[in-house]
Amino acid sequence: MASGIRDKVAIIGMGCTRFGERWDAGADELMVEAFQEAIADAGIEKGRIEAAWLGTCFDEISVGKSALPASLSLRLPNISVTRVENFCASGTEAFRGAVYGVASGAYDIALAIGVEKLKDIGYGGLPEFSSAMGTLTALFFPNMTAPGGFAMLASGYAARYGFDMAEVKRAMAHVSVKSHANGSRNPKAHLRKPVTEDQVLNAPVIAHPLGLFDCCGVSDGSACAIVTTPEIAKSLGKKDYVTVKALQLSLSNGEEFQFNNWDRAHFVTASRASTAAYKEAGIRDPRSEISMMEVHDCFSITELVTMEDLHISERGQAPRDIMDGFYDIDGGGVPCQVDGGLKCFGHPIGASGLRMLYEMYLQLLGRAGERQLKDPKIGLTHNLGGFPMMNVCSVAIIGRHDV
Amino acid sequence: MAGIVSYGGYIPRYRLNRMTVVQNMAWYFPVIMAVAQGEKAVANWDEDAISMAVAASQDCLIGQERADVDGVYLSSTTLPYDDRLNAGILSTALNLNEKGFAGIDFSSSLKSGTTAMIAALEAVQSGSKRNVLVAASDQRGTKMATMLEMFYGDGAAAVLIGQEGVIAEFTGAFSMSCDFVDHYRGSGKEFDYGWEERWVRDEGYGKIIPEAIRGFLAKSGMAIGDFDKVIYPCYFTGTHRAIAKSLGIDPSRVQDNLHALCGDTGTAHPLVMLAASLETAAPGDRILMASFGQGCDVLAFTVTPKIKELSPRQGIAGSLANRTEMISYQKFSKFRDLITADLGIRGEANPNTSLTVLWRNRRMIMGLVGAQCNRCGTPQYPPTSMCVNPECHATHDFSEYEFAGLKGEILMFTGDMLAASVDPPAVYGMVGFDGGGRILLDFTDCDLSQVQVGQKVKLSFRKRHYDEQRGFTGYFWKAVPVLGGGA
Repeated sequence: MASGIRDKVAIIGMGCTRFGERWDAGADELMVEAFQEAIADAGIEKGRIEAAWLGTCFDEISVGKSALPASLSLRLPNISVTRVENFCASGTEAFRGAVYGVASGAYDIALAIGVEKLKDIGYGGLPEFSSAMGTLTALFFPNMTAPGGFAMLASGYAARYGFDMAEVKRAMAHVSVKSHANGSRNPKAHLRKPVTEDQVLNAPVIAHPLGLFDCCGVSDGSACAIVTTPEIAKSLGKKDYVTVKALQLSLSNGEEFQFNNWDRAHFVTASRASTAAYKEAGIRDPRSEISMMEVHDCFSITELVTMEDLHISERGQAPRDIMDGFYDIDGGGVPCQVDGGLKCFGHPIGASGLRMLYEMYLQLLGRAGERQLKDPKIGLTHNLGGFPMMNVCSVAIIGRHDV
Repeated sequence: MAGIVSYGGYIPRYRLNRMTVVQNMAWYFPVIMAVAQGEKAVANWDEDAISMAVAASQDCLIGQERADVDGVYLSSTTLPYDDRLNAGILSTALNLNEKGFAGIDFSSSLKSGTTAMIAALEAVQSGSKRNVLVAASDQRGTKMATMLEMFYGDGAAAVLIGQEGVIAEFTGAFSMSCDFVDHYRGSGKEFDYGWEERWVRDEGYGKIIPEAIRGFLAKSGMAIGDFDKVIYPCYFTGTHRAIAKSLGIDPSRVQDNLHALCGDTGTAHPLVMLAASLETAAPGDRILMASFGQGCDVLAFTVTPKIKELSPRQGIAGSLANRTEMISYQKFSKFRDLITADLGIRGEANPNTSLTVLWRNRRMIMGLVGAQCNRCGTPQYPPTSMCVNPECHATHDFSEYEFAGLKGEILMFTGDMLAASVDPPAVYGMVGFDGGGRILLDFTDCDLSQVQVGQKVKLSFRKRHYDEQRGFTGYFWKAVPVLGGGA
């Protein structure tokens, strides 16, 4: 029986660019910026990296196909480089590739890098995806955008639990106010202005009922991790190194989209991936054992519903926990989006999963500056790509090697 | 006996009050004030001659066995394809048989609807066809501030021609053809080009229709007084009356030209008026119908007792009652592409439609045909190889399952301001169908403020996109929330 990934791989170096509208930089510069920080952090020569994984989603509007962009930009020594794409889980997929490469014994040291250069298309929001969805889907899917896809979840959630939409809107507003407050303390975040609940509630509608502040930033950026075995980490003189506790991925199989049983108020995949991740990490009560989280708050409603699918809030209770401040940085609960989240740190798709791990890594090593939480032990990251009714979900848990 | 077995009608939900046109455009051409009575029906931006023909045909086929339809004749002067059988799109949307089936486009004249009816009646009489669906539909563009903008409306009607279950027996026809060019639309041109109205009224409608009707009466030995209902198009209301007078028709027996209710629907109009007359017809009524367009076809029918057995349908009266006012002339102008608004860079995306993919999946896309698992009975869309039911997952064991006629309920939805749309916000959501199955669909013919979870919807075949670069019109089905009539 599989023993899982727990404590088999250590993270010895991470890097992350400032996210934002990086008019100054292309994917090449962004990758180099993240990589230089990570390799300096790891304290190794580039030549010791034996394999690499590149995560990027919208290759057609930026880097193009194959893993060559990473190999070329970083001048990697003709090693194996693999490009992975799995919607918004692409960054975590790159990390998974590198971690599994080391855990398998195939490589001693591996690199995961994610990058997305979104702001070269000339318009706001994610790139239009009619040409990226496949030839058959393109013939029958609605005229859907990312905010619209997730906005539907708000109507489904409110109907499922009998909430007035105004109540859900207020809880969603609290989600965004909290992330803006956290992001304002992060020098690498895309959006650094705090906002008030009134500002959020009165913002222009993007996709009913989501307003401007219910939507995350669309950003450029790159993030990077260098992983190895705990033994090599120790041999490199790393004392307080961080290990991988769980890596889980769950994909829809069409049931939510086509069958009659989905309650249109939860993420089937996130619920399954988090349960599997807790088992892999040996976590019995996530509400008390998880120190902090970076979840996929592409939209405020996504974060709200995800709190239930991570089994931290009870079903139908996320709005109450949110309004109680349970997910605030100083609320005495599980701080969520400590670095500002996708909402304010930004969302360069292929980099996002690695950026979340970067914040958990900084926090675990006590390097998070004015955002530093007191003595965190276990951090959880979560990505969700696609739409509520058909998606890819990743859950990663990392923590101090001694817990 | 050959005749009409069933009928159906479709008038789009949006109505443009002619005073709205006057208020916006009379500064440019004040003469339009003279014909500003009532309102005209205007197609939504996602409707065209084919989508309206599908709606009228669905209405017509209520309670009919579609497997028995072996011909579809589609009449229109505004078909989206010059070379691709438009009747083939209609029959695929209706999920009709492909084998032993003939589709024909009748076009190029406003009388082609009645010509198609005569052809269908002759085919049925001769025994070469069993049941032919004749659909007529038009969605004609007009320039701003013209008389044609005032006269023309959009709409469609359909009749099923057959030998069995006839509700109106065919009793004879007479045709005349002549190259009287009151107006024309050159190939590739967007708008009609018309000659002086006085001449069109007096020498066209006013002479050709009476001449053809007299020809029919002479041939059949019948008298005009034998007919309880007389149908002929003519958007000049004075001339419409004058024709009746010249033929000696009792004004109470003349079918209204619908100018004040929906306007002149072109090729569809004689059939639209016929459907309206059948809605109030009693067994034994004799109906005379005529068309106009480079000549005139005259057809006569006698209504049978079977008309009482016909299933309820929307028809023309139901369509006219399902209305909402198009308050903005600018919106109408944008829907008709008379003005240029910016869709933004997001709206530039224009993926080519793969014709191989479309062919393999034509029933799924055009007919909204899903699958029902033979093992567990689960209806599902899109149809795939393995059953979606987690307790089943049976492979390649399905029957066809038609969603198009089903009603459903909104499970979740949004109104999306980011999506590039001619009519923002783009409203869409997930619909759960009575009997099972779910589909994510665009919604149409509604405002966001009218939509809520739990609301009932029905389905409508609509234009999904127009590929300007290649001239391809793509279609799919949309959900229409069931709203009351009225604005």
